[in-house]
Amino acid sequence: MLAYAIRRFGQSFFVLVLMSFLVFVGVYAIGNPVELLVNPQADDAERIRATAALGLDKAFLEQYWVFLKGAASGDLGRSFVYNVPALSLILDKLPATIELAFVAMVIAIALGIPLGLVAGLKPDSILGRGIMAGSILGFSLPTFWVGLVLIMVFSVQLGWLPSNGRGETVTVAGVPLSFLTADGLLHLAMPAVNLALFKLSLLIRLTRAGTREAVLQDYVKFARAKGLTQGRVIGVHVLKNILIPIVTVIGLELGSVIAFAIVTESIFAWPGTGKLLIDSINQLDRPVIVAYLLVIVTLFIFINFVVDVLYSMLDPRVRLGGAASH
Amino acid sequence: MSGDPLLRVEGLRMHFFTKAGVVKAVDDVSFSVGRGEILGLVGESGSGKSMTGYSILGLIDPPGRIVDGRIDFDGIDLTRLDAAAWRAIRGNRIAMIFQDPMMTLNPVLRIDTQIIEAVQAHADVSRESAIARAREALVRVGIASPDERLRAYPHQFSGGMRQRVAIAIALVNGPDLIIADEPTTALDVTIQGQILFEMQKVCRESGTALIWITHDLSVIAGLADEVCVMYAGRFVESGTVADILDRPLHPYSRGLIDSVPSRNERGRPLRQIPGMTPSLLSLGPGCPFRERCTSASPRCVESPDVTEPSPGRRLRCFHPSA
Ligand SMILES: Nc1ncnc2c1ncn2[C@@H]1O[C@H](COP(=O)(O)OP(=O)(O)OP(=O)(O)O)[C@@H](O)[C@H]1O
Ligand code: SF4
Ligand SMILES: [Mg+2]
Repeated sequence: MLAYAIRRFGQSFFVLVLMSFLVFVGVYAIGNPVELLVNPQADDAERIRATAALGLDKAFLEQYWVFLKGAASGDLGRSFVYNVPALSLILDKLPATIELAFVAMVIAIALGIPLGLVAGLKPDSILGRGIMAGSILGFSLPTFWVGLVLIMVFSVQLGWLPSNGRGETVTVAGVPLSFLTADGLLHLAMPAVNLALFKLSLLIRLTRAGTREAVLQDYVKFARAKGLTQGRVIGVHVLKNILIPIVTVIGLELGSVIAFAIVTESIFAWPGTGKLLIDSINQLDRPVIVAYLLVIVTLFIFINFVVDVLYSMLDPRVRLGGAASH
Repeated sequence: MSGDPLLRVEGLRMHFFTKAGVVKAVDDVSFSVGRGEILGLVGESGSGKSMTGYSILGLIDPPGRIVDGRIDFDGIDLTRLDAAAWRAIRGNRIAMIFQDPMMTLNPVLRIDTQIIEAVQAHADVSRESAIARAREALVRVGIASPDERLRAYPHQFSGGMRQRVAIAIALVNGPDLIIADEPTTALDVTIQGQILFEMQKVCRESGTALIWITHDLSVIAGLADEVCVMYAGRFVESGTVADILDRPLHPYSRGLIDSVPSRNERGRPLRQIPGMTPSLLSLGPGCPFRERCTSASPRCVESPDVTEPSPGRRLRCFHPSA
């Protein structure tokens, strides 16, 4: 297990360095931020001074080297726009995004697995067909469109739910959270549902497919031949088997929900990292873009690690780090 | 054999109502098994042997349905039971073992979980006494160091070992009847022999009746008391193992026996039954074997009834061989 963790860590480190280089090349290519930062009336001397102050006068590789040295000591550069450390800017906004993603994922799991089970156990029933039809809609309707419809109906027409911001928050261990207050929950409801919809549809389909396959297996028939209750056959024998792919997908999707909360955050003016990224791209705030992408990649790597550990706990045939470790 | 048999299947019909039409997987099958007796249920692939076994346990899934017949088990007609009552019999009084040991155990559950749940489904006992029973069952089927084995997962076992575990699960509640659906076909020959021997021994010791489903008559020869032969979902003939093997009356049974390599006729070329099993979907009236039968006559376009040529012997054919 330890050897596995060390190897995993090494791989992750390599991925991070490679990723930072690619991102660096990418943002270098999208334009010169100085044009946006200095006063349009400024003369050349001032431009040169500003360029030097941001370190943009150096050669590309030298800039990258400076960045790497800073990164090694936890400094991902300062925002050109706000002149504060890019990392702290992101960490400030990250809790809002993680909270939104997390609540969305909980909604998707809590509804997706039971609905998928029903649809898988009774594929020809009206309920089963209805669930599948719903999941097709959830798949094919664009997120921003659903978001706008939600706002039209629940905020504009009915006036039940607020359409922007996090609402009232409670600070727990230095982190502001919305889901602990009634007002915060009202604010969370629509963005979370909006973000959950696609994942919900995905989980329904995944669970349904897994269930349909599992119920045909001999071990299910054998479990029934033992005289077990239907509840135990489904809840233990079927569910434990289909949970293996589901946990993997949930893990991967959790990463992507965090990364791609951008659309939902923009529609509902949710003050998270997605909104920050859009603003930073508009202002060519390179350090923030780079820092954002690195933070997201780190999150992905961490989540994947947790998924692998969970996976090995669910599936006895998989043992992390080879046969020796039990 | 005195008194009523333990299990009497009478005119069982189990049909699948598929979009393409009705598949008569089991169509008028009758046999009986006495207490502690071993019945061999024989037939080619697709003849409805497994479906007969599933019908007895109430494990038929839609679009399949038992459409007719009685399954009398110790005075109860199983076809009239509701789901809960049938469940109380499954795994408790009637157990089943399947063909492929690689598929029958749940890959993600430990062996102890899989045995204990079988015990606790039918008896209100503590985990400890359930484990004690599990251990005992493993020892009976010849598994050494049962405590260690109980904590293992199926993938840590060989095929033969897994089948032993499945047999232990079937035995653990001391059933009156075990339905063994070709449990040795997927194993290599030496293991086959061992399992066959142990199964027979355990059943004789505990007085458990056994229905041994197989397509292999040579397995039946040393094992069964009675034999029931099926063809295309229909009952063909039944009798004692000696009757069927030495004096088969039905042309299909005779063909099956002639295609088994025999002990005292070495050098004789094996005869195969010509032709193929008909599709159950397009099966019309009349004897389903007539396309392949050498004794067929114009009369065989009608369905022969079951007759009793001698006591304890039943047959469905117009022209039995003498
Ligand atoms: N779900 C189903 N729908 C339609 N027909 C089915 C279904 N399941 C089984 N059958 C048909 O039922 C018939 C009997 O199958 P069964 O499994 O009982 O045969 P078997 O004698 O056990 O053969 P084998 O030796 O191959 O196990 C087969 O012809 C099969 O095509
Ligand atoms: S009834 Fe006719 S076709 Fe059928 S087995 Fe007997 S002789 Fe052959
Ligand atoms: Mg079969």
